[in-house]
Amino acid sequence: MILIAERINAGFKDIAEALRERAKGPVQEWARRQTAQGADYLDLNIGAVSKEPSDMRWLVEVVQEAVSTPICVDSTRVPVLEAGLDVGDGRPFLINSTTADPGKLEQVVPLAAEHGAGLIGVAMDQRGSPQDVDRRVENAAQIFAVATDAGLAPEQIFLDPVLMPVRHMQEQGPNVLEAITQYIMLSDPPPHISVGLSNIRSGTSEKKLITSTFVAMAMARGLDAAICDVMDDVLLNVVATAELILNKEIYSDAYLRAFRMKRGSS
Amino acid sequence: MTIPEAKRAWSGQINTVTIGAGPEEGGTRSSVVTVGGATALPFYHFEGVLPHPPVVAMEVWDVQPEGWPDVVKAPFSSVMDDPAAWARVCVDEHGAQLIALRLQGCDPGGADKGPQEAVKAVRAVLEAVGVPLIVWGCGTVDKDNDVFPAVAEVLAGENCLLGTITEDNYKTLTALGTAYGHKIVAESPVDINIAKQVNILALDAGYPMENLVMYPSTGALGYGIEYVYSIMERSRIAALQGDKAMAMPILCDLGTQVWKAKEARASEEELPGWGAVEARGPMWEAATAYTYLLAGADMLIMRHPDAVGATQRAIARLMANGGGS
Repeated sequence: MILIAERINAGFKDIAEALRERAKGPVQEWARRQTAQGADYLDLNIGAVSKEPSDMRWLVEVVQEAVSTPICVDSTRVPVLEAGLDVGDGRPFLINSTTADPGKLEQVVPLAAEHGAGLIGVAMDQRGSPQDVDRRVENAAQIFAVATDAGLAPEQIFLDPVLMPVRHMQEQGPNVLEAITQYIMLSDPPPHISVGLSNIRSGTSEKKLITSTFVAMAMARGLDAAICDVMDDVLLNVVATAELILNKEIYSDAYLRAFRMKRGSS
Repeated sequence: MTIPEAKRAWSGQINTVTIGAGPEEGGTRSSVVTVGGATALPFYHFEGVLPHPPVVAMEVWDVQPEGWPDVVKAPFSSVMDDPAAWARVCVDEHGAQLIALRLQGCDPGGADKGPQEAVKAVRAVLEAVGVPLIVWGCGTVDKDNDVFPAVAEVLAGENCLLGTITEDNYKTLTALGTAYGHKIVAESPVDINIAKQVNILALDAGYPMENLVMYPSTGALGYGIEYVYSIMERSRIAALQGDKAMAMPILCDLGTQVWKAKEARASEEELPGWGAVEARGPMWEAATAYTYLLAGADMLIMRHPDAVGATQRAIARLMANGGGS
């Protein structure tokens, strides 16, 4: 499971403040803490408060100074993504994200190809979020086709079936799971499949339980990446257990410890 | 039609483990042995690097062995009452790369020797040969825990390989390994899950997993070899896929198992048509060794000189010219 750590996001007060004041402390602290938890990528998001490419540039540089963990630049704005990629120090990068909107694809896919970065493709289009399985598959297939045409390998492509809050859009849960099943049939080897995990729990009373239960169900369908709260130990334990049940890891009584050890965390 | 590229790239690497220490490292060994470091399956030179060939240790006991058939006693008949002389024959005449000294004499059900007698045997073998040592307990937990403190201490600085720790008994030996700078054998009973568990327990006891050699138990050809083979294979694949708790070099202890098999020990009179036991016995041990090499063995403890020679020649062939010849 590829864990993309979500905490360095200006949607959080401490990060927004740090960004505004160019204070490295909180950013680097979260970079270290999430790395210590075993994050595969650190998602960096300058949030709705900023449109400034220079903010992303600063964020990438500050994180690169603190840890060697791969970085996921996260923005809806192409110049912001580009600014982050431009200062990359050669470590793996992931772009979050493109949609199936042709205008968007046209700009973001070449960026991934040029920088040799991975690309998250969210199965939305110019009409908005998908409400059924067919639209999710259609949009993902479109993203996949454009990305592979541009020379991206299936392993570079992360398809996101668009997870929605279970509280408000319960009917979308089965659609997301069914879309995952169809995504893994797109190619051999299949593309990665990723979700923004925290979306599902928004507004609920049992946030950790809902997140973890979804992860276990989705992993059984083929989910292998998530933007998530890596500080959530319940989530990590469920991921470790699901990997075991899917026979991706060798069982030992200390498998939870083994899971963390494998990720270089304590 | 083009043939599809079937090579695999692996993300993991087997740990590199060195046994023995020369004068510069604080020991007295004239040669040291390094195993592991592989980034590919055994002898798949085209998929990665295999920097260190597997090695063969020869087994020496601190008492006259019981239960060894004549065919494997014959090459050592004049020295079996003297571990130092026996070890010298193994190294000088038969090319042993390490000596595996089994402290069988400490077995409470046998000679029941004490720690000081064990130390005497260890010291004698250490002085007799220049190759690195493996020192293996008698297998009775309490006795081993009683004997090893003195043995580990007298070997301080020699960077030996001590065995074994198990799921139920790992604290004493890991502490000694840390205190006196020795590598350790992690044993499991033909059970991959316990194999992984023992490695993690060693780490939890403060012993670095990079200093472990994994011993998944060994079955002789015809006696469970396929179970061990598949465990070794699966362990190795997991390690190459990045499972650090399985990334240890693997040791096989052949002698104890092979020479129990009737195919290796029964005379031609008992098994008409099977050929002379003098050839058949060593062949049984060599065939078992060869099989384990293909499964990923990095270190083999063996008994018969003919089997040792055949195995070393096989290793040389499998490693030569990037394995292409």
